[in-house]
Amino acid sequence: MAELLRVKDLKTEFRTDAGVVRAVDGVSYCLDEKEIVALVGESGCGKSVSQLSVMQLIPTPPGKIVGGEVLFEGEDLLKYPAKGRKMRAIRGGKIAMVFQEPMTSLNPVLTIGRQITEMLELHLGMKRRAARDRAIELLRTVGIPSADKRLDNYPHHFSGGMRQRVMIAIALSCNPRILIADEPTTALDVTTQAQLLELMMQVVDRFGATLVLVTHNLGIVARYAQRIYVMYAGRIIESGSVMDLFSSPQHPYTKGLLASVPRLDQRRKGREQKLVPIPGLPPNLVGMPATCAFLPRCTCSLEKCREAPWPQLESVDRGHQVACYAASGGGAA
Amino acid sequence: MREDQSAVVLEVTGLKMYFPVTKGLLRRKIGDVKAVDDVSFQLRRGETLGLVGESGCGKTTVGRCVLRLYKPTEGKTVFEGQDISTLREGRIRPLRRRMALIFQDPYGSLDPRQSAGSIVGEPLVVHRMAKNRADYHERLERLFRVVGLDPSMMGRVPHEFSGGQRQRIGIARALACDPSLVICDEPISALDVSIQAQIINLLEELQERIGGLAYLFIAHDLAVVQHISNRVAVMYLGHIVEVSSSDELYDNPLHPYTKALLASVPVADPVVEQKREHTVLKGEVPSAMNPPSGCPFNMRCEYAMSECRQSVPPLREVSPGHQVACILVAGTGAQEDETDGGQ
Repeated sequence: MAELLRVKDLKTEFRTDAGVVRAVDGVSYCLDEKEIVALVGESGCGKSVSQLSVMQLIPTPPGKIVGGEVLFEGEDLLKYPAKGRKMRAIRGGKIAMVFQEPMTSLNPVLTIGRQITEMLELHLGMKRRAARDRAIELLRTVGIPSADKRLDNYPHHFSGGMRQRVMIAIALSCNPRILIADEPTTALDVTTQAQLLELMMQVVDRFGATLVLVTHNLGIVARYAQRIYVMYAGRIIESGSVMDLFSSPQHPYTKGLLASVPRLDQRRKGREQKLVPIPGLPPNLVGMPATCAFLPRCTCSLEKCREAPWPQLESVDRGHQVACYAASGGGAA
Repeated sequence: MREDQSAVVLEVTGLKMYFPVTKGLLRRKIGDVKAVDDVSFQLRRGETLGLVGESGCGKTTVGRCVLRLYKPTEGKTVFEGQDISTLREGRIRPLRRRMALIFQDPYGSLDPRQSAGSIVGEPLVVHRMAKNRADYHERLERLFRVVGLDPSMMGRVPHEFSGGQRQRIGIARALACDPSLVICDEPISALDVSIQAQIINLLEELQERIGGLAYLFIAHDLAVVQHISNRVAVMYLGHIVEVSSSDELYDNPLHPYTKALLASVPVADPVVEQKREHTVLKGEVPSAMNPPSGCPFNMRCEYAMSECRQSVPPLREVSPGHQVACILVAGTGAQEDETDGGQ
């Protein structure tokens, strides 16, 4: 499949009173056309910030994109000024985003119809009447009943799940090439979550878009994604096809994550069978050492890990990369 | 499984909690939110009962009624042989020593200006558990060690701790007065994935160490509940729709809602996921102010018949220890379910 977006060595920093936080520290990845890619990690690992950087939605100050390239349709998006015309045409037009909080990401004082038609008028230059008809169609697509009437409702008239459907309708309004969904269902109940994810898969397929699923839920990744990038402390530490990565995880962090989550399809063999937690705490991103950020929590570290700088991503198998001395040296796998 | 299984710590019968909805200047009552509607269950010594359901199903309200933080509209709550549903507030306080609560939010549930030591020690002071100053300090240190915190951190205030450590403080506070029942209300959902397992294991270790400690474990994460619970009760719109041993419930769910709930949780294994059918439950949870007549689930149930709309199906035992509130599930259990449960 053809490559759609390539991010090279992206770096985003935040200046805080405590020091400089390297929220995204040299992240490289690519997206192919019509692909579903998952970006996984815990809170603070930089998964959301990396996506906001691609969209140039980093609040500056305190944040700043300090390096890297975002290549999309032959152009480096980071060369465009964040508030310029070109970036505005991309943002919401060719690359759209669905946020975690359906409560706060809609404007409470505008009807949802207005929030959709605004997109259509600005990006596609549609006339008011035509935009309205298209908005009704979009709301139908995302499964909102009596769409023509709901168009004149305000966000508070909708439940959380319905609001997230509206967000998806807005994101899809301009036929984006890439849809970035940042924890789209974290705030929702499991049955609503399932409804929405199924809907997202349908519409992404219908619109021929690429989906980036930012999540911490490994179950969602296993069910829906084709490829996965695992992030830790601002870097990608392992990537590969979902099949490879779940069947033979290489990085100790990925292994730890998979072992620490109880699984619905497995029964405990007695109470003695405990979960295997990852020891320690996620790192504080201020004043990080040059060595591997996972070292303090790692159970299979080598002598080399304590001396050498943070390892680069290296291929262990076709399309499967890992940033770990113990893994690429053939040691711990 | 455990020695003194027979001893019931908590018995709840016909619990109802209605919150009045008022309107206008005169606060005229226009209806009730039926948060909990006729819930009954038992909890034995040393047992963990999981209470699962989606937001708004009433699981937290059940926990609060048990602690008498709310005065229930109706129903009987017997804790250690004493009916607490009708006791006066002053008479309940000594009993609260024996039951504790662990909160969901480790950020909001600790006083930001109090030191960790005084947060954990406060129940000891309130209930006059310590004989003297030395005893107080000894108990405090022991509590810190038990939950895996260094007693030297006692003087710090909550913001100096991580989320996981704060939850440990909350657990230490809950254990301060040697309770026999701890209500854990979503104790891990605010924590990072890699920290959740640490807290789950801690809760289990404590139960093994403190003989007879019972947990009412309220959560929406079905996989976690399966892992930690001996028995699980599934709630929907204020009702318990199914109760059974944990393994039985997950291997052989009978209520259509339980089935739908389990089907909507993705499993972290792409090979398993490829084989699973992605059935999606339609619609949304109806309002608890205006619940449907009959079975609370009938509007979303694909097997619903006209009988389902007539009366609320009672919780019936269909096989030993497995109770379900659905008229379509035949009395003898799994066998017939295959046909009318419609695989």
